[in-house]
Amino acid sequence: MADGPVAEVLLRRLEAADGGLDSAELATELGVEHQSVVGAVKSLQALGQIIETELRSTKRWELTTEGEEIAQEGSHEARVFRSIPPEGLPQSELMRLPSGKVGFSKAMSNKWIRVDKSAADGPRVFRVVDSVEDEVQRRLQLVRGGQAEKLGEKERSELRKRKLLTEVTLKTYWVSKGSAFSTSISKQETELSPEMISSGSWRDRPFKPYNFSAHGVLPDSGHLHPLLKVRSQFRQIFLEMGFTEMPTDNYIESSFWNFDALFQPQQHPARDQHDTFFLRDPAQAQQLPMDYVHRVKRTHSQGGYGSQGYKYNWKLDEARKNLLRTHTTAASARALYRLAQKKPFTPAKYFSIDRVFRNETLDATHLAEFHQIEGVVADHGLTLGHLMGVLREFFTKLGITQLRFKPAYNPYTEPSMEIFSYHQGLKKWVEVGNSGIFRPEMLLPMGLPENVSVIAWGLSLERPTMIKYGINNIRELVGHKVNLQMVYDSPLCRLDAERGPPSTQEAA
Amino acid sequence: MPTVSVKRDLLFRALGRTYTDEEFDELCFEFGLELDEITSEKEIISKEQGNEKAHGASDVVLYKIDVPANRYDLLCLEGLVRGLQVFKERIKTPMYKRVMPKGEVQKLIITEETAKIRPYAVAAVLRNIKFTKDRYDSFIELQEKLHQNICRKRALVAIGTHDLDTLSGPFTYTAKKPSDIKFKPLNKSKEYTACELMNIYKTDNQLKHYLHIIENKPLYPVIYDSNGVVLSMPPIINGNHSKITVNTKNVFIECTGTDFTKAKIVLDVIVTMFSEYCENQFTVEAAEVVFPNGKLHTFPELAYRKEMVRADLINKKVGIRETPENLAKLLTRMCLKSEVIGDGNQIEVEIPPTRADIIHACDIIEDAAIAYGYNNIQMTLPKTYTIANQFPLNKLTELLRQDMAAAGFTEALTFALCSQEDIADKLGMDISATKAVHISNPKTAEFQVARTTLLPGLLKTLAANRKMPLPLKLFEISDIVIKDSSRDVGARNYRHLCAVYYNKNPGFEIIHGLLDRIMQLLDVPPGEKKGGYAIKASEGPVFFPGRCAEIFARGQSIGKLGVLHPDVITKFELTMPCSCVEINIEPFL
Repeated sequence: MADGPVAEVLLRRLEAADGGLDSAELATELGVEHQSVVGAVKSLQALGQIIETELRSTKRWELTTEGEEIAQEGSHEARVFRSIPPEGLPQSELMRLPSGKVGFSKAMSNKWIRVDKSAADGPRVFRVVDSVEDEVQRRLQLVRGGQAEKLGEKERSELRKRKLLTEVTLKTYWVSKGSAFSTSISKQETELSPEMISSGSWRDRPFKPYNFSAHGVLPDSGHLHPLLKVRSQFRQIFLEMGFTEMPTDNYIESSFWNFDALFQPQQHPARDQHDTFFLRDPAQAQQLPMDYVHRVKRTHSQGGYGSQGYKYNWKLDEARKNLLRTHTTAASARALYRLAQKKPFTPAKYFSIDRVFRNETLDATHLAEFHQIEGVVADHGLTLGHLMGVLREFFTKLGITQLRFKPAYNPYTEPSMEIFSYHQGLKKWVEVGNSGIFRPEMLLPMGLPENVSVIAWGLSLERPTMIKYGINNIRELVGHKVNLQMVYDSPLCRLDAERGPPSTQEAA
Repeated sequence: MPTVSVKRDLLFRALGRTYTDEEFDELCFEFGLELDEITSEKEIISKEQGNEKAHGASDVVLYKIDVPANRYDLLCLEGLVRGLQVFKERIKTPMYKRVMPKGEVQKLIITEETAKIRPYAVAAVLRNIKFTKDRYDSFIELQEKLHQNICRKRALVAIGTHDLDTLSGPFTYTAKKPSDIKFKPLNKSKEYTACELMNIYKTDNQLKHYLHIIENKPLYPVIYDSNGVVLSMPPIINGNHSKITVNTKNVFIECTGTDFTKAKIVLDVIVTMFSEYCENQFTVEAAEVVFPNGKLHTFPELAYRKEMVRADLINKKVGIRETPENLAKLLTRMCLKSEVIGDGNQIEVEIPPTRADIIHACDIIEDAAIAYGYNNIQMTLPKTYTIANQFPLNKLTELLRQDMAAAGFTEALTFALCSQEDIADKLGMDISATKAVHISNPKTAEFQVARTTLLPGLLKTLAANRKMPLPLKLFEISDIVIKDSSRDVGARNYRHLCAVYYNKNPGFEIIHGLLDRIMQLLDVPPGEKKGGYAIKASEGPVFFPGRCAEIFARGQSIGKLGVLHPDVITKFELTMPCSCVEINIEPFL
């Protein structure tokens, strides 16, 4: 570092120098690699205003490997000349010498040697002159000594054509004294140590400045999954609003609880093989609450409880068919049935967030399984206005304040309303959930009192999460194809906090 | 949700005014419809088949409107216009009337052979109807919409409409052997037997979807006139002989099916919608149907039903305070003619034959709320006082997740459904040993079974993230499903915790340490004493021999940990050693 011998010498030379010095010249003078002078310059730069530097580039002639050899051993033609004894040499033998071919023709044209083709044992080469001046070697030695400028332009270009010389560009520093120039640079400390603290030496030591624009080292840590972080926040919101969590740890459900109990007729398209995963094994639910089943059957097929019913032949076998639940409302139906068995009736607020399954066509926003969020309130005299009021509070906690309600149709709620919120980015209303008041045909067969209304709403967990974390393809979020880097990098989930730049994929 | 596509200009002409797209969208929203798309035939073709094919197609603006699935009365332009005009109080809802003809009434006789295949039939006549090209197209389109929705792709009900003037009653609805049925079907120039037709239609993009309804039955349903002319072979195809055209004056409509109620609804919808174009508007000529038991029924039913709803009930359910008179007015705007009667709090509501969706007072209440305007309802908070409770299993899961991440493991979220291979073959096990539940109708192998272990999902997550820096430390706490005959549905979930360590070394000590940490968190002390936990050497196809232990806690086996068998690693397309732990956390509740 700054206390290296080169840096010290550089500072001393600089003190004595008039104006400044060149890094390459210094390297030559010291007999060290230019690179080590550059290193010293850089370490001094890092100390602040000790030195000032200016980057210069200079062109220089250097010998090639062959040029270096010739400067050392002489030119090929000189070597050929020297290898010929007074009595001459057979040409064939000469040609076998390392410099033979090139040297022979050059020496011939210099008229240093001659060939006697009439010799008895084939052509023989003889010296013509007694001694020669090796001009090529002399010139190359000049270049090697850094005196290339003593050669003429023509001479240099001839040597370059013979690939003995090359021109190289050298980047050097012109170093001059800085405003805080000093030759006594003490070693800068990088970090505070226990010894410094105990000895108090930190008081007299300079410390190397930190580079605050560099990144820190991320802690080794585990990470929670973004979708489940959002799930935790939704749970928190429901708990804040006084909602009790329903058990949903039963992916397998009978058609009875999934459809029939919800007054969804047996010919309903959702009960098609195309939309629902049915089970081969175990194919049928063996136990159903038969008293209740009979009330459900009667309501579907004949009506009752003020209803006309659907007037069709309701089949128990159809209700026994097992499936992977298509909505968590199946769990809500079980919870409400349990509530109905408790006498006297106690008002209840329920919620659940769990997986549901659909045998659907898959695309960038649809998977065969996803999470449903559901809220339910059961009490005497609940109104549509109450439903809207609860929804307003719920969505406000999600940071969604502009709501609008559209009449809709659900088989098990009446009235039903789709919930729309105004999306600032898209400048339009987008659907954010579905809601309604459960039909009396669903509640009364369970045994709930007649003046009890149950309001409910639902939405998917994936959609708000994709919007929150700016994810376009659901496979990057859910399932094994998840991008772990995304999981590592995902921020906290604060649903009501100011959003980042408006995302554009919400419409999807 | 069915989508009805109507020509915008035709719609506006019928509505008697024009709207901007935004205004019409707003009107739809208020009424519970959705203006889904504004397009044209040209645009549709060019989107589906490219610009070249679209050349020359009509660029008349089309509105595609989403209609609630139970509102069969809004599935055509006529119905939409009537609904909206009544809603806006521009017209009064029409009274639909069934009339007997001056001459002989059309008769359809059902023979007992139909009982096993398609036992019900209903019929009616639209007399002196005046079609135009648009009306005719709408008539055909409505039948198609009904077929796709309430008729459940013709399985429950199939509609046949015929030019009555080409036929002579009485008609017979019977069932015959396919080889004995021979007729010239719609838009064909020659006669075929039913067997031949079923073959021909196998390649028909539209009709091939309906063949399965009768394909394997010994007898096929068929309707003849008194001269033996085939009207139709429901639910597949009509005869060409009685085909209706724009010039048809008198239409005979028959609906056959397996659901009597729906057949009657479908007939009611068709005749109420299109009797608008009859000489005597909104009147429908009756037809008589003789059932195999000899009983005679007259159709269409066109039944009007009266319901009594108390005004304060509507106010109480919606959360508004309107006078009974105002409520009656609101309902009347929804095609439910209503008046205040009795003590001044009773509203008598007339349910027209078009509104088969009204089956309970709650349906009437909803219509009052829609007419009032959902967004005009005052929002209030219910006074329901409750104390919140978490589901204990989920509470435990939430707490454990946090500390698993704090222990340096990253949470994965994998699918509950997977292939048999994932939970059996790839783990060196036989599927019968897994007690897995099997799905009967998976579209692909990815959905054959519900997972019985979380491990495959985590290994697949590792495989998809092999490029990430090592080590990879993942965990998941979620449910698996096992057959259990003690449960009502024959299966139950278990909440599992699984973690994997994937690196250049197996890192068994790391997974073992994680188990120790989990037990520490669950306040389970080490040791075989009651209430403690211990691991004992074990084996299994998933693990490398000698590198597997079973975990016992609180006196029961809760899972295993160990170094994965190289065969398992390879089968999941992994290349590094890997150790794992998987336990059931339910004993710690």
